[in-house]
Amino acid sequence: MLHTIAQSNMPVDEVLRIRKNRITPAHGASVDTALKRISIVTGIHGDELEGQYVCYEVSRRIKEHPEYLKGIVDIYPALNPFGIDSVTRGIPAFDLDMNRIFPGSSDGDMNEYLASEIIRDIKGSDLCLDIHASNIYLTEIPQIRINELHEDTLLPWAMLSNVDFIWVHGTSTVLESTLAFSLNSRNTPTLVVEMGVGMRITEEYGIQLTDGIFRLMKEMGIWDGPVNEVRTPVVSRNPDDVAFLNAPVSGIFIKTRSHGSMLKKGDEIGRIVDPLRGELISTITAPVDGWLFTVREYPVVDEGSLLARILRESQASD
Amino acid sequence: MKQTVLFEIKALYRDDFRVTGFTFGSGEPSICIVGSMRGNENQQLFACSRLIRKLSDLEEQGRIMPGKQILVIPCVNPYSMNIKKRFWTIDNTDINRMFPGYDQGETTQRIAAGVFSAIQDYQYGVQFASFYMPGAFVPHVRMMKTGVYNDVELAQQFGLPYIVLHDPRPFDTTTLNYNWQIWETHAFSIYTTNTQRVDKVSAKQAIEAILNFMEKQEIIRYRGYSGYHSRVIESRDFIPVRAEDSGFFETLVQPGDEVDEGQLLARIYDPYLGTVRCTLHAPAHSTVAFVHDEAMTYQSTAVLKLIPEDQ
Repeated sequence: MLHTIAQSNMPVDEVLRIRKNRITPAHGASVDTALKRISIVTGIHGDELEGQYVCYEVSRRIKEHPEYLKGIVDIYPALNPFGIDSVTRGIPAFDLDMNRIFPGSSDGDMNEYLASEIIRDIKGSDLCLDIHASNIYLTEIPQIRINELHEDTLLPWAMLSNVDFIWVHGTSTVLESTLAFSLNSRNTPTLVVEMGVGMRITEEYGIQLTDGIFRLMKEMGIWDGPVNEVRTPVVSRNPDDVAFLNAPVSGIFIKTRSHGSMLKKGDEIGRIVDPLRGELISTITAPVDGWLFTVREYPVVDEGSLLARILRESQASD
Repeated sequence: MKQTVLFEIKALYRDDFRVTGFTFGSGEPSICIVGSMRGNENQQLFACSRLIRKLSDLEEQGRIMPGKQILVIPCVNPYSMNIKKRFWTIDNTDINRMFPGYDQGETTQRIAAGVFSAIQDYQYGVQFASFYMPGAFVPHVRMMKTGVYNDVELAQQFGLPYIVLHDPRPFDTTTLNYNWQIWETHAFSIYTTNTQRVDKVSAKQAIEAILNFMEKQEIIRYRGYSGYHSRVIESRDFIPVRAEDSGFFETLVQPGDEVDEGQLLARIYDPYLGTVRCTLHAPAHSTVAFVHDEAMTYQSTAVLKLIPEDQ
């Protein structure tokens, strides 16, 4: 059933609505409070579309076998509907990153109010997945990022999510304004998924994560149908495990290795060229043996633009 | 006056990206003033340009105190200003959310690091800042309450009408002002009335405030206006007046106006019918601090902020 969880009047003949689809078991509606609940959330950044496929696919599989559903599945495909509609990462008209305004405020401005209503609605879920798609610049293998503060609660869930990589990262004050931090701080376990690339849908990743979501639902008692086996992810906790490669010069980056590749130190990842002069400016090589889990997709780079992240081999092979 | 390139990046198709500083006097790094950091901060750049002219005159007249050095950086982000884009050209990141920066990191982290390394040793730091909402503010000096160097007496020496104390939120911890304080610079943000539009009167007031401050710190010899005895207010004590509906916004007051309880402050009109959708009234006797200045407003936007009557 579709629900509007927050709305605001626009100036000219339009109402902004943030909606969810609540899917319940055929005979469970009267005992909702006793049922386990999972929330599938995406679209905070309007240019990240990988989660659209996942929302559709989760819903489709449940419709195919409604008899297996034993709990509540809440699907929020568009927390930033204006952003998705206008190919805008942030909140259009405000130039504001929606994932920096949580937990919001019920008596704040429109965006703060919407953020607070989102929190109010998702809070209390037994598990939440906040699905991101990197951005338009980088491609990522399916991964989950966990703030070390919440590792104990989240890691067991993340291990079942069918992602390739779990990155436990240090705390950062700035990240306290994210949806995931706000929910985790309110005892609603929330996993942040990053996969694919902005403005595109990678069906293979969508299917992979959907398999993971059904495995999680099985674990939670929300789904009692058959589920696919999930892969065991690599887990990284040490910041030194990850090597960052930034562009040494401005130019056009031509990638020569795909994300997910295993690399030996010195292997070429890409080249930065100057089309005006027809010159190769820089060859980008792996500084360590390891696993290329992030790679630059958008060719134009400034000096400093992120080109790749590599998980060092000792970790990648664990 | 000495003109120096503080930070530079070579570009592919554009002219090199440069952050340029203007130094006056020599000796201990006494005060640094930073202007526009975002592509729409025309007023902040304008104010700096006028300050540079004024300091050039003072230097020629030998009125910069021996052993004192002043640095003015009028613009940290010429690339964005030149294409009228608020944030960084390629990835839309905000340089003022990247401090103290990282010289091996992403482009805007490198810019922040390059600028910060040039300015972190100054005793006093002043940034011409802009508010994230479009609107006009009553001129004031703002200090972030980091627990380090929150010297209100010092802020009084600008002589602006108000000093606003602000509790930092998580996303404030990567601003220049916050990091300046953490690195033991007495940091202040000066808000003039506008951002995109140039307001000469307000810019002049801000420049006089900075010169006044420099004179009191014995950095320059200057006889300007004595200014106000600033009223200190916590930012959380501002009274927001929110739009109860969306539509065309008409204000009947300006920043600095004193208003009575119940006074009509603004109207919001239906954009199709021209009828009044709602009226906004002052909840208490107060002074107008901020007025939204776009033609339309969204519902719930704080279109006015009021300073409550001094108790």
